Amino acid sequence: MTGLTNMASGDVAAEGLMVKAEQVCKNFGHVQVLKGIDLEVQQGEVMCVVGPSGSGKSTFLRCINHLEKVDAGRLWVDGHLVGYRQRGDKLYELREKEVAAQRRDIGMVFQRFNLFPHMTALQNVMEAPMLVKGESKDAAKARAEQLMERVGLSDRMGNYPSQLSGGQQQRVAIARALAMQPKLMLFDEPTSALDPELVGEVLDVMRDLAREGMTMVVVTHEMGFAREVGDSLVFMDGGVVVEQGVPREVLANPQHARTQAFLSKVL
Amino acid sequence: MSAGQTETRTGAIKAVPVRHPGRWVAAVAVAVLAAMLVNNLVTNEAYNWAEQLKYLFAPAVLEATFNTIWLTVAAMVGGVILGILLALMRLSANPLLRGAAWLYIWVFRGTPLFTQLLIWGNIGALFPTLGLGIPFGPQFVTAQTNALYSAAAAAALGLVFNEAAYMAEIVRGGIQSVDAGQQEAASALGLTRVQTLRRIILPQAMRVIAPPTGNEAISMLKNTSLVVAVPFVELTFTVQNIYSHTYQIIPMLVMACIWYLFLSSLMMIGQHYLERHYGKGYAR
Ligand SMILES: Nc1ncnc2c1ncn2[C@@H]1O[C@H](COP(=O)(O)OP(=O)(O)O)[C@@H](O)[C@H]1O
Ligand SMILES: [Mg+2]
Repeated sequence: MTGLTNMASGDVAAEGLMVKAEQVCKNFGHVQVLKGIDLEVQQGEVMCVVGPSGSGKSTFLRCINHLEKVDAGRLWVDGHLVGYRQRGDKLYELREKEVAAQRRDIGMVFQRFNLFPHMTALQNVMEAPMLVKGESKDAAKARAEQLMERVGLSDRMGNYPSQLSGGQQQRVAIARALAMQPKLMLFDEPTSALDPELVGEVLDVMRDLAREGMTMVVVTHEMGFAREVGDSLVFMDGGVVVEQGVPREVLANPQHARTQAFLSKVL
Repeated sequence: MSAGQTETRTGAIKAVPVRHPGRWVAAVAVAVLAAMLVNNLVTNEAYNWAEQLKYLFAPAVLEATFNTIWLTVAAMVGGVILGILLALMRLSANPLLRGAAWLYIWVFRGTPLFTQLLIWGNIGALFPTLGLGIPFGPQFVTAQTNALYSAAAAAALGLVFNEAAYMAEIVRGGIQSVDAGQQEAASALGLTRVQTLRRIILPQAMRVIAPPTGNEAISMLKNTSLVVAVPFVELTFTVQNIYSHTYQIIPMLVMACIWYLFLSSLMMIGQHYLERHYGKGYAR
């Protein structure tokens, strides 16, 4: 791998690679939650991540945008080392502003939506472009309106999150992430907190996004979505990637006993 | 089942309500007490309403009331700003900052405000000169404390420093009440810590902070009467001055209460609108 590594900055130059994880480890206290994750996500790829609760899926996703610090290994997004700068063989932590700048390009959607409850749906979508990118109010509003229309909520722009259903809130959350025009979208169980009849409307928005070529890493229990929309499927258990491949094949014909046991429970 | 009972079981219910004799007894007792109070206010000469009216808008009383108002405003504004700073220190990852804030709160909440105000009034004895310069090194400018420092400043500072200790705990509780997912969502969007605090965390914390802050402000209005310790002239001090030569003690004290009630009522209205503003977006 060192052949690809630019020693001046620690960035890797690999055409078309959006995420590259190399032996990523993460500990909480004495517990090792990620035990050497190796993964590659190509530009435009939709990677679905499945696995039992507590297997480290959320933690891995949070490492990708540096909400968690990686303890060992390396992680690159769009060729840039996440959270650090490399000079020689020394790593330097990035300053807060630099980390924030890296995060702009990575959108994240949470299981519990995490909309800002004191702002209307439209204000939720406008906030980050205005604060982070210094966009004018008019420009931010115009794009926020477009995005609200795109997620099918043009009639809900003035509503506060508490006045929206879970499915509507999650669609606003997707619009909010898209407003920063990210290169990569991370979804952490985006439909797990939803009533069953509301799951479809969120998956529809995500399907459209995938069709438009967005690179996505999706932690999900929706095997139908993984099979239909996913380009690759990763099965995690106990902080390691147990198995990965084309979703249809992994789901139909899992190779590992742990994958088989998990799939037999959820399918 | 007799024929009379079988109207229809699906129709609207017409039941005999439960009687509450205790409520009637309580209501009568309250009504009697209220009548006694009104009777006392009207017939008891000792209130001397005419005397009160004479002084209600007297220049000395108006000036004292003005002092009470600005002291309250200054103490609350200063207390809130310093309180936010202390709350952030308390929540800091830096143990030195956390310890300093804890020590501050411990001292200022653990000693009486009246005693603190006495000290502020005599601060010149503790620090005869004030200077600007290098700590433990040379001073560039120095001045006599008593020349820089007025009774008004002593009163305001005393109230601000005390209030900040209480506000710090209120603000800290407010910040901690905000869901951790809010910080995460803001970080994921690329907001810096300061931006997140200012635009996301504090506005939500305000919903929790506003009601007790309103109560603090109303307490402060009344606590300004303690700056007599400095000493500084405010409403209670002034009516004491007046009755010390008119001997109309009760009329002057009741008149002061009327002013305090009027001002605290205004503040309660303000508190209502403040709570409504920061409650936006929350289902009631
Ligand atoms: N902030 C944290 N502190 C301590 N332990 C944590 C923290 N976050 C996650 N964990 C632990 O790490 C493990 C993996 O968690 P997580 O990544 O959330 O799993 P998943 O998303 O696959 O359910 C769990 O055992 C969890 O308890
Ligand atoms: Mg999870």
